[in-house]
Order: sequence, then C-alpha cells, then structure tokens
Amino acid sequence: MREILGLYNYWVVIFLMMTGFYVVIARRNLIKKVIGLNIFQISVFLLYITMGKVTGGTAPILPARHFTTGEEFQTFSNPLPSVLILTAIVVGVATTAMALALIVRIHEAYGTIEEDEILAQDREQ
Amino acid sequence: MEQHLPVLLIITPLIAAPLCVLVRQRVAVFGLALAVCWAVFAMAIMLLARVLDSGEITYQLGGWAAPWGIEYRIDTLSAFVLLFVSGIGAVVLSFAPHSIAREIRKDQHYLFFTEYLLCLTGLLGITITGDLFNLFVFLEISSLSAYALISLGARGGVPKTRRALIAAFHYLVMGTIGATFILIGIGLLYMMTGTLNMADMAVRLRETVEINGSFKQVNETRTVLVAFAFLSVGISLKMALFPLHMWLPNAYTYAPSVVTAFLAATATKVSVYILLRLIFTIVGAGFAFERLPLDTELMVLSMIGIVVASVTAIFQTNIKRMLAYSSVAQIGYIALGISFASPDGLTGAIVHLFNHALIKGGLFLAMGCLVLRLGSTELDDMRGIGRRMPWTMFAWVVGGLGLIGVPTTAGFISKWYLISAALERGWWPVAVLVLLSSLLAVAYVWRVVEAAYFQDAPEQHAEVTEAPVVMLIPTYALIGATIVFGLWTSVSAGVARQAAELLLEVTP
Repeated sequence: MREILGLYNYWVVIFLMMTGFYVVIARRNLIKKVIGLNIFQISVFLLYITMGKVTGGTAPILPARHFTTGEEFQTFSNPLPSVLILTAIVVGVATTAMALALIVRIHEAYGTIEEDEILAQDREQ
Repeated sequence: MEQHLPVLLIITPLIAAPLCVLVRQRVAVFGLALAVCWAVFAMAIMLLARVLDSGEITYQLGGWAAPWGIEYRIDTLSAFVLLFVSGIGAVVLSFAPHSIAREIRKDQHYLFFTEYLLCLTGLLGITITGDLFNLFVFLEISSLSAYALISLGARGGVPKTRRALIAAFHYLVMGTIGATFILIGIGLLYMMTGTLNMADMAVRLRETVEINGSFKQVNETRTVLVAFAFLSVGISLKMALFPLHMWLPNAYTYAPSVVTAFLAATATKVSVYILLRLIFTIVGAGFAFERLPLDTELMVLSMIGIVVASVTAIFQTNIKRMLAYSSVAQIGYIALGISFASPDGLTGAIVHLFNHALIKGGLFLAMGCLVLRLGSTELDDMRGIGRRMPWTMFAWVVGGLGLIGVPTTAGFISKWYLISAALERGWWPVAVLVLLSSLLAVAYVWRVVEAAYFQDAPEQHAEVTEAPVVMLIPTYALIGATIVFGLWTSVSAGVARQAAELLLEVTP
C-alpha cells in the first residue's frame, strides 16, 4: 500500500509524463504536439516540487513561527527544487513561445498545421 | 581582471546579444558581434594557457562557495573545448557578412547576430560550468537560439525553402524531449545526493547510506540507475548519436550556410562534452562501463551508425545533406573512442571532437561559398565547378580528404588513435570497420570531386566566378588548420591526451 498511496505524487508525475510523451509522438497536429510537450515538461516540474517536500515541513520563511499560535516550526521543506523549477518554467514558456511562433510561420507557408499534409506537400515538390 | 576571465568569457557575449537588438544597424551589429567573438577566443586561449600551466581553475560566481553557489570549473578538457568552440565561432562569424547578405533577409540580420551570440554563450556556458542545473539552463539557451537560427533559412534561404521551418520545429520537439530527459536525470541525481555541483556529486554518489535497513552506496540505488538512463538518452539525442539522429539531416540541410557551419562544428561536440563529464567526472567509468554496459552499447550503436550514415551519405544528391549524414558517422567515431575507455581511445575521441569541428566547419564554409555563387547545394549544379571556383573547390577537396582520414590531414590523427586503441584491446574487427568506413567516405567525397572536376558545367552556370577573398580567408583558416594540426600534433593530440588522462585518473 505504501508504494501506491505514499508515493501518490510520483504516480501522478509518471502518468503525466507518459501522457505527454505519448501525445508528442502520436499526434500529427503540430499544436497538439506542443501541448503534449508542455504536459511532458510540467510533469517534471511536479517531480522537482514533490522531491522538495519534507513531511510535516513548512515553507522556509522567517520568522519560523506560526503567525497566530506562535508555535515554533522545526522542520522545513527544501526550497531549492522549487527555485530551480522557476527557472525551468521560464525555459518551458520560452520553448512553447518558440514552437508556437514556428507553427504560425509554418501555417503561413503551408496553409496547414497537420504534419501529414505538410509532408505530402513537400513530397509533391 | 585576470581572475575574472572565466565569467567574462560568458558575460561578454551574453550582454552583447541584447545590445545587438538595441543597435539594429547592420554594420554596427556585425562589428560588435565580431569584436565580441574574437575577444572571447582570446580569453579562451588565455584560459587554456593558464590551465596547461597551473592546472584546474575554479571560479565562484558572486563569491558563494561551492557546493552552495554556482562554480565554474575549467580543467584541460573544458579549456580545450572552449578553445575550439570560441575559435570556430569567431572564424565563422568573420565569414558571415557576404553569406548572410545572400541567404538571410536584410531586416533580419541583427536577429541573426543576436541569436548567434546567444548560441555561443550557451555552448561556452555548458563547457565551463561545474553545476548541473546551470548546465541545463545553458543547454536550453543554446538550443532555443539554434532553433531560431535554423528557421532563418525559410525567409531568404538559398534555395529558398519553407522546409527550414519544419526542420526547426522537429529539432525543437526532439531537442526539448532530450533536454527534459536531462532535466529528469538531474532531478533524480539531486534527489539522491542533495547537491548539484558535479565534483561534490561525484563524492556523494560513492558514499554509503542506509536504505530500508541495508547499507549500500548511493550509486547502487535504482534511482541513480534511472537518472543515468535518462541522462544518457537525453544527451545522446542532443549529440545525434545513431539512431537518435533523425533531427540532424534536415536541420543542417535547410539552415543558412553560416548557421550550418557553426552548429555542425560546435553544437554536437559540446553535447559529447556533456556525455564525457557525466561518464567520467560524475558517475565514474566503473559505474558506466563495468556495472552498466554503456561501453558495449556505445560501441554497437556507433559502429552501426558509422556504416549506415556513411552509406546513406553516398546516396544523397544534396551536398549539404550528404555532409550532414557524414556528421552522424563522425559522431559515431567519437562515441566509439569513448567506448574503449582507454587512454588511447579517449584521446582519439577528444582529438576527433577538435579535428572534426575544423573539418566540418571548413567544408560547410566552402559550401557557403558555393551557395553564394551557385544558389544551389545540389550535386548536379556542382558539375564543372572545379574550373570556375578553383580555390573554393580546392578547400572542399582538402576538407574531404580530412573526412576520409588521409595522412597529413587532421582526420588521420583521430583515426590513428582509434585504430591503435582498438588493436590494443585486440578488437581487430573494430579496427577493420574503421578502415572500411573510410572507404565509404572515399565514395561520397569522390562523387563531388568527380562532378566538380571531370564533368562539364551546365550552361546556366557558365558565368560563375570565384567567391570573394573575404570569404575564402575564413574558409582557408579552418581548412588550413586541418593540415596544420595533421602535421603538428603536439597541440591538439597532446592536449587531448592530457585531458583524457585527467578524466581517467579521477575515476576510481
């Protein structure tokens, strides 16, 4: 049971990762490919955030006490993975923007965003 | 000033890139980019001299001590890679003005220089950093700018083709999958070690910990195995190791000539550098080659890759595509050298990084000259060109001889090391295969030579003249270097051997 419930977040990560990866490979529509790529990347963000969580830990912010009860906190979650993932999110946004910009240009040039039709047009030339 | 060299090397092109967007004026932007590239090359030479003189250099960004802060760490291998990446960056950029005037729309020139500087920053950053996450960020900087550079071929490419867009898109998808795999691997390693600093991680991976009541080394856990799998597949995608090379031929064929020359000479080489760092500095050769069969895997894939890619190259009618398949084969030689895990094999791999960068850079620059005058990269259009553009074709032929590995060219030195490493292990079939694959290279190089020198020019190319001298000088700088480093091996092979020995030494 511990493997299933205790590692709940990781199962979500793997499910999203495989979904995204499958969409990237299987879909022939370029926009859907980009969506798949996004899901794939976001699963990795979740992986990082999950690994930073310490059971019972709170956010590592000073002062280290509860603001109503005044109780002192002893355990903190690891902030570093979240910070890393902020950078990775920026990278992901840049990648998506770049991909969408390319798709706009592809649509201008080919009049379609279906990969099969694009390849067929290229073969005709 | 002197002690800040490592960070200046990265900061200078990084700051110059947005300046290019602000300035916009074509000549001024070119002047700025050119000055920055040559300055970076000069810094890389100084760094290599210092590393050879006094050993490894470390630099702590913002004064934060490693492993908490980001650390730049330059040993012989990274200084050597920095040297040739920045050198080729400078030479190729000197070649650029006439070539991009023909191949990229005028109002996009400043964007070309911006992307070029960003790509250079990313590649140098990957090589210099000692921090894994920093490496990922630089990898994405270089990749994103490479996608944009390739897509520039679509608006003004010669021959003008919208296929550059599809090529860039496919490269983006494959590149992002590769980079995300690398990110997953880095995350899993961080999970087990709690550090991102490569040197610190190497130590912690060998520590013993208690897991579920049993004691074992950190690198015996399944998490580390999975991390290593993700990292090696991701990096192989980035370095276009067969069979993960599918993005490469189209990207190289449809990109503007200058971009192809730059990326072909540097991008895949830097990915090989990441693989070397992963295997030898982080997890250790014992882990990768003894506990896991990465050496066998690399050897089998690289041998199949060499043969398949070389044979495919023979049947191409587009010369840029032919050279792209040849690049896949050459990556095979480099991976083969790594798989030996011996001083000779590793020296061969590292020196071939350098030699192949020079050879392929020079060949693609010669292609740039041909495109400028012919407006085509098809073999049919190259008929009889040897008489009309003698200097360009001579450079091409010398580069082609380097690909084959004829003695006195740099290509010979790499193959010499590879073959002696194979014989040292007693794997004579591997040595035979390296020799036979050189014959395949003879076949594809000969097709061009035959068309250029022994066939008559088609009528529409009767007026073609030699490329301008300002383009021939950078081309000959690279092609000449392949001869210089073929004869004078103490620099290239000597430094590569030192780098290889250092890599093998740190691994227990």
